[in-house]
Amino acid sequence: MKRRFFIKNMGMASAGLVLACNGDLPSRTFLDIEPGHFVPNLFIDLSTDGKLVLTCSRSEMGQGIRTALTSVIADEMGADWKYVEVKQAPGDDGYGNQNTDGSRSIRTIYKPMREMGAVARFMLISAAAKQWNVDASSCRTESHHVINKENGEKLFFGNLVEEAVKEEIPSEVQLRDKKDFKYVGGELPSIDVPDFASGKSKYGLDIKVPGMKYACLQRPPVTFSEFDSYDDTKAKAIPGVEQVIPLRRVEKPFGPLGGIAVVASNSYAAIEGKKALEVQWVKAENDAYSTESFMSGLEEEVGRKGKLIKKEGNVERSFASSEKIVEATYNLPHLVHAPMEPPCATALVSEDGCEVWAPVQAPQVTREEIANLLEIDLEKVTVNVTFLGGGFGRKSKPDFVLEAVQLSAELGKPVQVIWTREDDIKHSYYHANSSQYLKAGIDQEGNVQAWLHRTAYPSITSTFMPGVKHGAGFEFQQGMTNLPYDIPNLRFENGQAEAHVRIGWLRSVYNIIHGFSINVFCDELAAASNMDALAHRLQMIGSDRIYPSDNAHGLDTARMKRVLNAVGKLSDWETKLDEGKGRGLAVHFSFYSYVASVVEVDMRAERLTLKKVSTVVDCGTVINKNSVKAQMEGAAIFGLSLALYGKITAENGVVEQSNFHDYPLLRFHEKPEIEVEILANEALPTGVGEPGVPVIAPALVNAVYDATGKRYRSLPLADQIEV
Amino acid sequence: MIKLSINGTEFSIDSDPKTPLLWVLRDELQLTGTKFSCGIGICGACTVHLDGRAIRSCITPVELVDGKSIRTIEGLKDQLPELQEAWLKYNVPQCGFCQPGQLMSASALLLKNAAPKDKDIRDQMSGNLCRCGTYPRIEKAIKYAIDLRQEGKEEQQEKTEA
Repeated sequence: MKRRFFIKNMGMASAGLVLACNGDLPSRTFLDIEPGHFVPNLFIDLSTDGKLVLTCSRSEMGQGIRTALTSVIADEMGADWKYVEVKQAPGDDGYGNQNTDGSRSIRTIYKPMREMGAVARFMLISAAAKQWNVDASSCRTESHHVINKENGEKLFFGNLVEEAVKEEIPSEVQLRDKKDFKYVGGELPSIDVPDFASGKSKYGLDIKVPGMKYACLQRPPVTFSEFDSYDDTKAKAIPGVEQVIPLRRVEKPFGPLGGIAVVASNSYAAIEGKKALEVQWVKAENDAYSTESFMSGLEEEVGRKGKLIKKEGNVERSFASSEKIVEATYNLPHLVHAPMEPPCATALVSEDGCEVWAPVQAPQVTREEIANLLEIDLEKVTVNVTFLGGGFGRKSKPDFVLEAVQLSAELGKPVQVIWTREDDIKHSYYHANSSQYLKAGIDQEGNVQAWLHRTAYPSITSTFMPGVKHGAGFEFQQGMTNLPYDIPNLRFENGQAEAHVRIGWLRSVYNIIHGFSINVFCDELAAASNMDALAHRLQMIGSDRIYPSDNAHGLDTARMKRVLNAVGKLSDWETKLDEGKGRGLAVHFSFYSYVASVVEVDMRAERLTLKKVSTVVDCGTVINKNSVKAQMEGAAIFGLSLALYGKITAENGVVEQSNFHDYPLLRFHEKPEIEVEILANEALPTGVGEPGVPVIAPALVNAVYDATGKRYRSLPLADQIEV
Repeated sequence: MIKLSINGTEFSIDSDPKTPLLWVLRDELQLTGTKFSCGIGICGACTVHLDGRAIRSCITPVELVDGKSIRTIEGLKDQLPELQEAWLKYNVPQCGFCQPGQLMSASALLLKNAAPKDKDIRDQMSGNLCRCGTYPRIEKAIKYAIDLRQEGKEEQQEKTEA
């Protein structure tokens, strides 16, 4: 018989551990537990045969989080990894905040996960100690056993299940000494690789629900336009096409764009049916959007005084007395995430509520949006999180899930919505295009005395508050106003920019923009002072000091210098290169981690060849060296893709790119050698998924300058040089 | 009716003959390891073998492969287990989505050429995109798989000789 536990009495809330997990009380107040299972909290399920099912609350999109978080629980318990299976949590407040973005999973729930594991260890030890009639303090756990320290006697975890369930859940737990960890800090391989490599893992489109229909939509080509009329004769003539359904736009940040949906008995018919639709769209406000003229406007905007964001000292006075003035303007285009798996979702709306299966980065947000859309209780919505075939921020926005929900509600059947690659490229939440102006005043010794940084770009806030014309504080903090250089006179300004497409966050967000301009500008300053770029940068950082932040992770300039010095060694910075080859460096602090990269290029054949990327990262305590390295390697490729090719343009309000032929990504034959070094230390763990990105494009541009003496101040490079 | 042999099993398909093989595999046969990504044959996520050759199933109408032999990621382990072993050793995948296609492209190369040169590997693999950027590990894993197969052959040879 199942036993019902009131979660509050299970330690999740009473031990304060739910709160520690940054969550509200679980909305699933009761937990059904089968006999033969020890379930001390929502994350742990131990069976009598020793099988240990650990729940991962964050979405897996390639960052290895399912392995990292569960290895923390396993290690804290003293479990043996070979017994571990990982279960993906559905969207539920009981798991604490599940938003998988901002490179914060490890940073925010490393400790709560340790506590979850420690609770289980404590209860298993109590149960064993009673059997041996000894004090719990003379017991420890290792390799799935409780061990009696005095006589070496052992009890298998599985054999303790029946007794452990009777133990009281502790209100406080002691975390174990990190030196006893077997997996944390090591190179545990991702638990999902065998399934990834055999095609067994289930991504969004791999979900099959009995009676399911397939749907594909034509959405308004101009953002927030809507259909006027449509002719579905040709679409309906396609074998397999069953219905054509117009959908309304939901005017919310993550609301579907609306459009015309073709519902079919198979995916191909849905896709072909969608292409065959003839739709007339109404004229809309964003019809006039041209990225070319918009960029000119942004450039004009940073050419004049903007809204003051922050200042120190007096830049104008300092400029007036400077020995040398350096100034430059940097322009960057829109980007799109283009995860290999386009957005997709499967939904079943019935009288009982709604169940969805989808690759979402924010399952709780998705759940709330569905409940609001259908006007039903949150409890009636189940959000199952599949594997994500890449996310990069796109899948934080559940507009594509709501489309499946709208259609299933209309049809009373399960519906799978397929986005084609063209849909993905043309209807995204785009990374902002930007213009930036930087001006510095240098004294006779080559010290930078004044620094003016002016930016203009549509803000992400515009997606939430239409009409917003300025950047937001969180955007300025992404590498602009938290400048780590020792400069007495500082001024930061932000000009106006309106959004004409949906603006969203893309891997490392505004750090891409600020990291680019600042790192290229610093390289220009080093050149203007005839100094080595690395020595110049170390001089700019100056003394050891900590810039406070609103949490425990201030910017420590000593750590910043450490990654710079280390990348110098890793890249053989001191060794001279042949004529026509070049190295460039960049360093950036983002998501509370420190990353420095050196890119090496060969320009001798009158074209750009990528030779090597050397990256050094300091992300504090390392949970899994393997995934930190993998993220830095991947970030290098991601950064090179955006630097060489990344560009989304619009004309007459319509995005001009459509697929990988006109939105190219770096390919296998173009990849450079990539070497990564982790400067592990005991500091709190910080971000890994994103911080490797912002340094790559500026380091590349600086390398091209080193090789050729030509300075490129806009991206993508492939528009300007032969690649 | 279109007849196909998939991973050694015979199937009769009554889909619209123009339907790309990809959707027949995924919708009709529930072989979901083969992925949809670009739909125009330029990203490689949908790669399968047609009589041992790597093809893009998203642009291959099923009528064109009538009577042919197809191998998908689900059948790779019976043919080239060394490659998957190498993928595990180098912990290649990140999100994993493009990996079935990467493996099918790599295996097509290794099946026709036991000792490909770096350039052969580059040419073969440049057709498969990976947004996570696992290319350096893919390269290492392919080279390791080549060594594994070589060792396997040598062992086999020694046994035969003994």
